[in-house]
Amino acid sequence: MANVLAVLEQRDGTLKRVSHETLSAGRTLASAIGGELHAVLIGPGGMDGDGLGAWGADTVFVTADDALALYQASSYADVVTSRVADGTYGAVLLAATAMGRDLAPRIAARLGCPLAGDVTALEYDEGIVVGRPVYAGKADYRLRITNSPCVITLRPNNFSPSESQAAGAIETVGFAGASDGVACTVLVKEPGKAALDVAEAPIVVSGGRGLKEPEHFKLIEDLAAALGNAAVGASRAVVDAGWRPHAEQVGQTGKTVSPNLYVAVGISGAIQHLAGMRTAKVIVAINKDKDAPIFKVADYGIVGDLFKVVPRLTEEIRKVRGN
Amino acid sequence: MKIAVSVKRVPDTETRIKIGPDGKSINEAGVKFVLNPYDEYAVEEALRLKEAAGTGEVVVYSLGGDACQETIRTVLAMGADRGVLLKTNERSLDPLPVARLLADALRDEGFDLILTGKLAVDDYSHAVGTMVAELLGIPSVSAVAHLMIADGKGTAEREIEGGVEVVDFPLPAVVTTDKGLNEPRYPALKGIMMAKKKPLEVRDVELTSGGIEVVTLTLPPERQGGRIVGEGADAVPALIEALRTEAKVL
Ligand SMILES: Cc1cc2nc3c(=O)[nH]c(=O)nc-3n(C[C@H](O)[C@H](O)[C@H](O)COP(=O)(O)OP(=O)(O)OC[C@H]3O[C@@H](n4cnc5c(N)ncnc54)[C@H](O)[C@@H]3O)c2cc1C
Ligand SMILES: Nc1ncnc2c1ncn2[C@@H]1O[C@H](COP(=O)(O)O)[C@@H](O)[C@H]1O
Repeated sequence: MANVLAVLEQRDGTLKRVSHETLSAGRTLASAIGGELHAVLIGPGGMDGDGLGAWGADTVFVTADDALALYQASSYADVVTSRVADGTYGAVLLAATAMGRDLAPRIAARLGCPLAGDVTALEYDEGIVVGRPVYAGKADYRLRITNSPCVITLRPNNFSPSESQAAGAIETVGFAGASDGVACTVLVKEPGKAALDVAEAPIVVSGGRGLKEPEHFKLIEDLAAALGNAAVGASRAVVDAGWRPHAEQVGQTGKTVSPNLYVAVGISGAIQHLAGMRTAKVIVAINKDKDAPIFKVADYGIVGDLFKVVPRLTEEIRKVRGN
Repeated sequence: MKIAVSVKRVPDTETRIKIGPDGKSINEAGVKFVLNPYDEYAVEEALRLKEAAGTGEVVVYSLGGDACQETIRTVLAMGADRGVLLKTNERSLDPLPVARLLADALRDEGFDLILTGKLAVDDYSHAVGTMVAELLGIPSVSAVAHLMIADGKGTAEREIEGGVEVVDFPLPAVVTTDKGLNEPRYPALKGIMMAKKKPLEVRDVELTSGGIEVVTLTLPPERQGGRIVGEGADAVPALIEALRTEAKVL
């Protein structure tokens, strides 16, 4: 009977929303295995880990130190692997974020254990079984993990955050200090600090070359604002043209997103774009070409001129949402 | 500067994927294979760093079957100096055994910098480069879109959610590369001719499957063909209705 360890993520001392997904998936797995869910929270001095029992954590191990305010691969890996060294863990879960994708392979290599990255399904069937999209989203592996412990990263927006009451006991763990000669994050530039990241947003509104000019992205931004909790995404065509930052690019060479709602505006639906968004729960396409490939994957489509359709859509959504 | 680049041979992302008869791997017949797109950035960066230093060596490593020789030759044609194929016909869905073989090959070679792609577009593991760093006990920065190397130290920038992380690190180190780092060059005819004469060493290695077994490989369920709710702005109310009552996302 093994326990599950959820590695949580914070920014500026505030727990990131995606960590609720990690906790919820961890709770489900721990209960299936018949073990406990523990969490590791690493962040700046003063972080306390209160309230995580509500997300299913039996125990939260908090290491709060100002030297750990920003993600530091080596120090964070030290904290996590010394926790895992207690030997009770069957799985270590992280979110497949910039941090999780950097930290997970460090931890797995240090522990000498397997890593399943970017999983979209996690089950227990006499052992851990995961699902992972591969080949640019064109095929799905089902993989059985034959080693314990293992390290798994969870693709954001695939595991619904759900509350479940557990003890949420807190244990404080001191930080021994960073070793010499390691990579150190010295600074985080946050141009879009207030903006939601496409990879994490529950709703994504993306624009493509059909918008004709960079200024017209105002239409996309307005629609996203009307929907609320939405991020702006972009096709590669408009990123390469310099209209939008690479951080917004959705697709094979951009971000992979699985929002509840994905709205593609003036995007043709090239295979490389689909690779990044085909796991969205609901896809809406607005395109003037009724034969555009995006309509093959869209749940709902409007054939028409985006310059007429989008303003109307924004207006109607404002009405529905009362803003 | 002595720089290693690790590259993988992967199916072209334009290619149609068919599942093989074992139900656990792809049917490779008719599939076009290419240099992993993210590895192109790693190769380009290595070549630029060597060119800027005016001296040094760029060595390309690949692990896989004999066909990887072609991938290595492509990189030699771009300008790398020599290649090493770690030859095996096995595959591992666990990135750790792959990283271990690469780390063993790189360990005693005295590289200042090891460059890999941030991910391979076939298995999407996002792992091998960072694992190699951990196994070698050196720093790493992953998914780097901007890199500066000077005086035995590096500064890298990588995109994180809603921001950019700036990371300082000492050499030797591993850097995994993201789109935006540079514009990879195409091999020129002269480079292709020269590549034929460059050394390419083949070493047999034994790859284990690690701690991950394939149960099945399947095509994703076709998205249930959606419907066009209408044409033009007049279709907006019908769309909103569908999003509220059917899809329940509003
Ligand atoms: C190796 C590789 C990697 C790639 N990675 C990515 C990636 O990560 N992400 C990505 O997006 N692409 C990627 N691409 C590029 C991809 O192949 C396409 O070129 C790109 O997605 C096209 O962008 P688009 O849909 O905005 O433009 P287009 O294909 O030009 O489509 C524009 C669409 O807008 C519609 N339109 C025009 N005017 C209007 C109007 N007034 N109203 C309504 N609709 C209108 C048109 O009908 C058309 O369908 C990659 C390509 C390669 C080779
Ligand atoms: N078989 C391999 N041979 C050489 N390099 C590899 C191999 N597999 C992965 N890599 C390197 O590791 C990077 C990340 O791959 P992955 O962790 O498999 O997503 C790739 O971009 C390559 O640079």
